[in-house]
Formats: sequence, C-alpha cells, structure tokens
Amino acid sequence: MDFALSEEQQFLKQTVDHLLRDQCSLDVVRADATEKQTKNPSLYDGLTQIGIPGTLISEDYGGVGLRLLDAALIAESLGGSVATVPFIGSSVLAPIAIELAGSDEQKNVWLPRFASGEITCGVALGDHVGARDNDPITSDGASVSGRSMFALDIQNADVMLVATADCELHLVERSEVELKPLYTIDKTRSVGELVFEKSSSEPLSSTSDPSGTLAKVIDAGRVVVAADTLGAGQTMLDKAVAYAGERQQFNRVIGSFQAVKHMCAEMAAELEPCRSLVWYAAHAYDAIPEDARLTACHAKAHLAEVGRFVARKATEVHGGMGFTDLLGLHYWFKRIELNRQLLGTPEFVRNEAAKMQGWV
Amino acid sequence: MDLEYSAEYDAFRNELRQFLDEHKHLSPGAVARPPANREEKEDGPNPAQRWQQLLIEHGYAARTIPKEYGGCGEEPDPLKAHIIAEEFAKARVRPGHSGDNRLVPTVLELGTEEQKRWLVPPSIRGEMTWCQGYSEPGSGSDLASLTTRAEVDGDDFVINGQKIWTSGAQHADMMFCLVRTEPDAPKHQGISYLVFTMDTPGIEVRPLVTMTGEATFNEVFFTDARVPKNQIIGKRGEGWFVANNTLKHEREGLGDPHQAENRFREIEELMSNENVDGESIMNNPAHRDRLLQLQGRMLAMKYNGMRVLTSQRKHEEPGLPRWIIKLQGCELNHQMAAMAIDALGELGTLYHRSDHIRAGGMWQQRFMMDLGLIIGGGTAQIQKNMIGERALGLPKEPKVEVKSA
Repeated sequence: MDFALSEEQQFLKQTVDHLLRDQCSLDVVRADATEKQTKNPSLYDGLTQIGIPGTLISEDYGGVGLRLLDAALIAESLGGSVATVPFIGSSVLAPIAIELAGSDEQKNVWLPRFASGEITCGVALGDHVGARDNDPITSDGASVSGRSMFALDIQNADVMLVATADCELHLVERSEVELKPLYTIDKTRSVGELVFEKSSSEPLSSTSDPSGTLAKVIDAGRVVVAADTLGAGQTMLDKAVAYAGERQQFNRVIGSFQAVKHMCAEMAAELEPCRSLVWYAAHAYDAIPEDARLTACHAKAHLAEVGRFVARKATEVHGGMGFTDLLGLHYWFKRIELNRQLLGTPEFVRNEAAKMQGWV
Repeated sequence: MDLEYSAEYDAFRNELRQFLDEHKHLSPGAVARPPANREEKEDGPNPAQRWQQLLIEHGYAARTIPKEYGGCGEEPDPLKAHIIAEEFAKARVRPGHSGDNRLVPTVLELGTEEQKRWLVPPSIRGEMTWCQGYSEPGSGSDLASLTTRAEVDGDDFVINGQKIWTSGAQHADMMFCLVRTEPDAPKHQGISYLVFTMDTPGIEVRPLVTMTGEATFNEVFFTDARVPKNQIIGKRGEGWFVANNTLKHEREGLGDPHQAENRFREIEELMSNENVDGESIMNNPAHRDRLLQLQGRMLAMKYNGMRVLTSQRKHEEPGLPRWIIKLQGCELNHQMAAMAIDALGELGTLYHRSDHIRAGGMWQQRFMMDLGLIIGGGTAQIQKNMIGERALGLPKEPKVEVKSA
C-alpha cells in the first residue's frame, strides 16, 4: 500500500514545472491572451522536446507509454501556469480514443504523429457532456454532419476527433470542417464550434463497445480537467499566501489578521484533500476499474466546487489588486471557471454518479 | 502509487475478518458506553473489559504497547492499525482501545518506570479509566492561562481551582490534569501535569448538561485536594510540554474517515428507505445532489487519509494533509448529520423517545454532538490558526501588551 507519487512522477512534475517557469511567465500568458494565441509555439516545442504530447501514447507508437496519473500531474502543472498550449483534447482525449477504438493501421498512422507533436487534434464530444445549442452529430459511416459546441484544442489543430450522438468516434481532417472559435472568459485555452456538413471522416470502429469506449475517454478527460483545476487552485492559494505575508496595513502584514489567515487556511483545507481525490481517480482509471468512473465524476465535480471557492477567496485575499488586470490573477480564476463547465457541469456529472450507483 | 496490499497484510486482514466473524457476538455493542458509575465496577471484568482482553490477546488492541506493560509489544505498523480500524468499522464492531489514547502514549513517552507500571497495564485493560483536566472556565483556547493551582505542602500537592468540559469525569477512575505550580514563571513554564484518582477527597464532579440533553461533560471543583508529589508526569513547570504531547495524540484521533464513510452509507440507506409523499427521498433531485456533494467530500477525505497513512509508514511528516483532518473531518460529519435530518424533514426533529422517531433520534444527537466536536479539542478557529501559521507559514497575531492594573 503506497498512496504517493513515485520518484519518477515527482521528477516528471518538477521537469514540467521547471520548463513552465522558464517559458510560461505571466508576461507570456498575457501576450498570448492578447493575440488570441492558445498554442504558444516555443512553449509547445519545449513540451514536445520532453515528450509531453506522447505521454499517454504507448512506446510502440513513439510515445512515452505513461498512465493517466502522469497526465494528471502534467495537467496540474499546466493549470498551475495557465499554460497556453493544447493538452486535454489533443494529448489526452484523442490518443486515448485512438488507442481504444482505432485499428492497428489507424494507430500506426496517427499516434506517432501525435506523439512527436507534429500534429495536434481538436476534440468535439458535445453530444455527450451536456449538449447545448447543438445539432446532433450523425454519420453515414464515411462522413459526419451536425454541429458540436465547445470542442477543445481546436486552434491550429490538424485533425478533429468527433463523437456522434450514437457514440461513434470519427477523425475528420481540418479542411473538412467549418471551425468557429468561441471566446470564453478563459483566453488561455481554445474552444469552439465545429460544423460538419457531410464532412468525410475516418471512423474509429475497432471497438465492440462504442458507448463504453466513449465513456472511458470522457472519464479520462474529467480527471485531467480536475487536475488542471487543482494546479490552478494551488497557484492561486500560493499567491494569496505570499501576498498575505507581504502586504501591510495597520502596520502589520495582513496575513497576521485572522480574517485573512483563516481565508488562506480554509482554501488549503479544502484544496489539499482534492489532490488525493485526483490522484486516486487517475490511478483508478488504469488500475481499479470498479472505482474509475465514480471517482472520475467526483474528481470533476468536487474540484469544480473547491476550485470556485479557492478562486474567489484567493482573489479576495489580494483585495482590490486581485480584481485588477495588473496582477493577472484573473487568468487562473477564469481557467478554473471554464474547467468547471467543461466535459459536464458539476450538477450534470453528479447526476451521472447517481445513475451509476442506482440512485436514479 | 500501489494500492494493493502485500501478502502479509492480506493474510493479516483475513485473520482479522475470521476473528470478527467468530467473536463479534461478544462485542458489547458498537457504541462505547461507560458503566453507569464507579461503584458498579467492583465485581469482575464487565463485558467491555472482557472484549478488550480478547482483542489484546489476539493483537487487535494495545498493539504497540510493550508486553511488560500488558500490551502486545508489536512494532508500530500504521498499515496494520489502519486495517484494524477499517475492518472493525466495516463490521460495525466496537474496536479496542489503548487505554486512553492521550494519557497512555504520554506516560510511555515521558513517565517514570514506576509510573508506567502503575498506570499503563490497568488502563489498557479498561480497569483504570481517565478523564482530562485541561480546560477551565477562564482558559479555553488560551489553555496556558490556566489558574487551577497546586501548592506543595509536605509530600503533597494541594490543588484548588476548577476544570470544565471534563468528558466522562463522572465515570472515570483517574484524571490527568494541568495545574499551575510556579505562579511566578511565564505562563507556559509554570504548569505541571499531575495524575490522581477521582476519589481524592476535595474533588467534586458536577454534571454539565449540554444542548443534546445529556451530561457528557462535567465541571470538576478542587478544594484542598491532596495529591502525592510523585504523581507528576515530567518535571515541575514542564506540564505544557507534556500536555502538548497529549494534544498531538488527541488531534490525530478526531475526524476518522472510516466513521465518515459508515455515516455516509447510513444516509444512503435512509434516503433509499424513507418516503415522502409516497416517493423515495432518493428520487428528489435536490436531496440527491446534496448526497453526492457529500460523497465527493467524503471520498476526498478518505484518500487524504490514505496519503497520511502512507507518509506515516515511511516515517515522513505528513504536513498539510494531516493538519486539516480535524477541521475538515468534523465539519464533514456535521454536514452529513444535517443532510440526514433534512432528508427526514419534520421526522428529523423528533427527539426524546418520541413516537415515529427514526434511529432513536441519532441524527439530531450527532448533529449537536458534532458541533461540540467542531468546538472541542481545539476549535475550528484554532485549527485554522494552526493551518495558517504552521502549515502555510503565515505570521502569528501580534501579542497584545497586558497592562497591569
């Protein structure tokens, strides 16, 4: 029994953190946000050089062959730095979908290109995570039609993964899709609307259980979004504690006032158990199938709640400065708020958890 | 990350399960109930003491207490301790104890050889029970300001003053108590830690009825109560250090995640079985969503507990994950009791053995007791100070200068 990160995992996280500290400063994020850039070329190159896009892709296809917990640690780091690069869609959802549902030939064709960072993939699962303003995605086996909202990682993506309303998974070349970016509060990630009109597609049909496969893809995504929130929340807490330890009023640092100190303590008390929940859910995805879906839902929903709490309190600790653009705290706040709604709102996801426990 | 147990631990768990299957009918009920009063304990071991003895014989209680003091003498193994807690909780069988989980570790660590032999064996057999004399009417969170004094007179300390919030003082055989022995020393350095029998002349116990309607606490008054000088643990003036050792053990004991999981299962059953307007409460989406939110919190705390356990196994300081347990665990229990009451609606307010009462009014009782636990053993606010200062490194509140009159 060892509920802890391995040395390799700690090293992985440190490596990613180190790279992000160098290449993803707040100035970089701010410049990217201003230019509506969600795939910073040099940062993405840096991450590619240490193998990040291939984290979950097996070594047979040029990846690193790691597990979801490793991807969650990377997401935590990316969230912690509000990094302007694709990851959840392109490096988690898409490779998992191809590994689970692609033919050997499809794996051979696609996965090495994902692993090397040569191409990135947008992911549209809108019909299955709380469809809004949608035209359901349909397919005739060789093409797809319909509209999917809040597709992830679409900017500069070379190919799109789309789930039909019937749980089929298809790959569609970028040129076959009408892509309309959506501008959310969070300028660090790319989401958008994908419109398909008899867009020729490549079905990933080497699975006997399409709905189960899709559900597993979504489980992975939820854990990784939760991890992103964990990282973003931790940074907000760290910034709040640092600010409270420096800022002076009434001739005292404000962190010595219990009103402020207790806000920090409450954030830490709420956030720290979330780390264990994310770790467990990520580990369960690969190793404890009977707990995987339930804990993925709870990680997603609980991190959404705690993330919002931390984002709000950390902003408050910074007083008026927290509300300004100057400090840039809002980038984390907004990332957490987008994460909350992605891949199923907390209420939606908890309802799924109720169903799988036979409560509905 | 490896959540499998090695063969040794699987075997240990299987043996324990078998033991519980075979013996749980001997367990004196899941809820610890002290005997009604001290006089009743005269004729031989009571069922709780016999159960405790059986557990010690099988290595499921007082595990790490050395054999010479009546324990099992096992090496500390947090994982086995965890398995024991988990299996007893699952079987809903009353677990054993290690005497008093605050006093016994303190005596073993800081007591003299004579004190260990005197106090530890009967404590772990359940024949010597304890209450804690720390808080005073004027010294709650600021415990170190306590004023109950003990003056040396011949071979005795002579105690005068008052303690409050003394759980179980009406039943306990003994008290471990903080008294001021050096009134001129700075407040943290003038305290001593004494142990004495509750039969000592000059001690009066008055029950303190709480909002639950029960008197689980007491006030204890001392009027020239004489305690032999050798009944001090540690040296004169070092009682604060000794007491902090005790508090450390108490903090770790509160907010048990197994308890939260059991409680959660009880609410799940309640919501599935109770009807409102002819429909299961589980069918009400608002109640159901609250239940799920609590499940998320409960799981987070459960896995946090696994993380702390892993640190302890590796002899690492768990840090923040441990600092938050009391605050978050007590709050979670309280919220779960509130959820159960709300699921029951008006029925949830029934108490005092009323007709139609559910589970004997247990949820109201817990709802109130849990509030007591949020306040007791270091209030939630004191917990937040500790998290802020010790785990996050924020500065202490500046001391206010006291102007003498």
